[in-house]
Amino acid sequence: MTHVFKGHAGIGDEVTGEALVASDNFSARYDLDRIKGVFSRPQHKLYGQSYDGKILILNAAKGGVASAWMLQEMVSRGVTPKALILNFANPIMAQGAAFANLAMIDRFDIDITTAIPSGARVTVVPAKGEIRLLD
Amino acid sequence: MRLNDYEQEMLAGEHGAAKKYGMEQVVRVGTFFDAPDTVEVAQVHLMADPESLGSSGVEFLEGLAALPKAERTVVVPAVTDPRGVDLAAYQRLGQTEGMADLERRATAAFRALGFMMTDTCINYQTICPPVLGEHVAFGDTGSSIYANSVQGARTNFEGGPSALAAALTGRAPRYGFHLDAVRRGSCVFEVDFRPKDLSDWGALGAYVGRKMASYWEVPVITGIDDAPTSDELKQFGAALASFGSTPLFHMIGITPEAPTLAAVFDAVVPKAEKIGKLEVDALIQSYMPSDDKLDVVVFAGPQLSLMEMQTLAGLMQDRHIHKDVALIATTSPEIKYACDRMGLTETIEGAGGMVLSGVCFYQMYAREIGEANGWKRLMSNSAKLVNILGGYGYEPVLATMEACVDSAVQGRISEAAQ
Repeated sequence: MTHVFKGHAGIGDEVTGEALVASDNFSARYDLDRIKGVFSRPQHKLYGQSYDGKILILNAAKGGVASAWMLQEMVSRGVTPKALILNFANPIMAQGAAFANLAMIDRFDIDITTAIPSGARVTVVPAKGEIRLLD
Repeated sequence: MRLNDYEQEMLAGEHGAAKKYGMEQVVRVGTFFDAPDTVEVAQVHLMADPESLGSSGVEFLEGLAALPKAERTVVVPAVTDPRGVDLAAYQRLGQTEGMADLERRATAAFRALGFMMTDTCINYQTICPPVLGEHVAFGDTGSSIYANSVQGARTNFEGGPSALAAALTGRAPRYGFHLDAVRRGSCVFEVDFRPKDLSDWGALGAYVGRKMASYWEVPVITGIDDAPTSDELKQFGAALASFGSTPLFHMIGITPEAPTLAAVFDAVVPKAEKIGKLEVDALIQSYMPSDDKLDVVVFAGPQLSLMEMQTLAGLMQDRHIHKDVALIATTSPEIKYACDRMGLTETIEGAGGMVLSGVCFYQMYAREIGEANGWKRLMSNSAKLVNILGGYGYEPVLATMEACVDSAVQGRISEAAQ
């Protein structure tokens, strides 16, 4: 049976992909090498890992305002997560996702970073605020 | 969201493509955060350095700039955050023609849209300080937290696409820190020492910021008895916003919405967490490397005020920085002009430093200029800068302005800093 996790209605279109999960926070400027598509902050729990094409599941949006532009630039260059799933977004991530039409959901009734394992296949349905765990 | 007739017309495209984009952005973000309607904003501060914009962002702006003037022009006073390239200095820094070209194109587009190119993140000190209760759309975490906390204005973090939307429509969605209920305190920190240097204030902000679980937490600070200076609160707030993604703090007896604890808590005041000098010193020490190698000293993030520039010039008077170390200070065009007039630029540059105008170090392709100049070990008195540059391949060190200058002169991290 497909397990469904429910959050707040989100932004963007439905996507399916492999989850990349950590109980850490997220900022496009502070944490990423956006050219190589990897986490570049040494202290980040996903340091060195590629986020390209992944359903990125992290705790909270952190850092500055640059992510609002950077998500669109990442999407336009094709080196981007397929979706950004957070326990708590902040306005910057929401503004960036809205501008880039990148799938995003937050505010789940559980800690989403502990509910879904890295490597799992999931479908993200922003209009319903749902993540479906496929296997 | 409830939209009035004019807002619905903008959304439908009846007032042109620029306002249609703006209202769509307002509605998408407002819907995500359950905003009931919009607020009218009095001024806009927009962050859009070319590194963040990328070529796709600049092309988007150029598309808006090509619209008829009546459709594309901003409807409220709109100013800009630091740019990514100081066109008078980029070649010395190893920035490329491609970076400079993207900068020129973005600037031309913003001018066509009616933005005033103030190129500063300290607009709250130098351009038009907002006032208590004023709704604004500020687009730098440091400017947002200062406007919300110290000046009592009301803004969310408005990233570039949304600050642009606010400038084109005069609207922002009514959610978050536009609302009374969201501005109440969440937790209390009791500070039992007086931070001395700006780097101490930044480290205190960093310490509190690390404790923040999300954007929505509002830390309340007690124990600061005498009013800090504007620059001290600037460093504290910028670091808190950077480490915590935090847009508002209250400082009891200091900031305008918090004369007492009772004023910011509805019923029970949470138990305070104590912060002593030991905790803040430990945070500073955590950035200290095991060797004393040094490549570059940077004063930025936020740009320096006139007072900070005067202090820096005083520290560099009759000295010369080591040939193997670079020293950079960034400030706004208005303050740079003042520094030129007052001889401060001459003093700093005469000692071998560089004064950059209208840029901030982390927004000017920090990774690329680090690689172009061989800079890895970086010293700064800004906790915000130290936080950001760890992700850009630097080994940042936090120290006082005095220790940073001493180190630049000696060519290595001074013993006083360690």
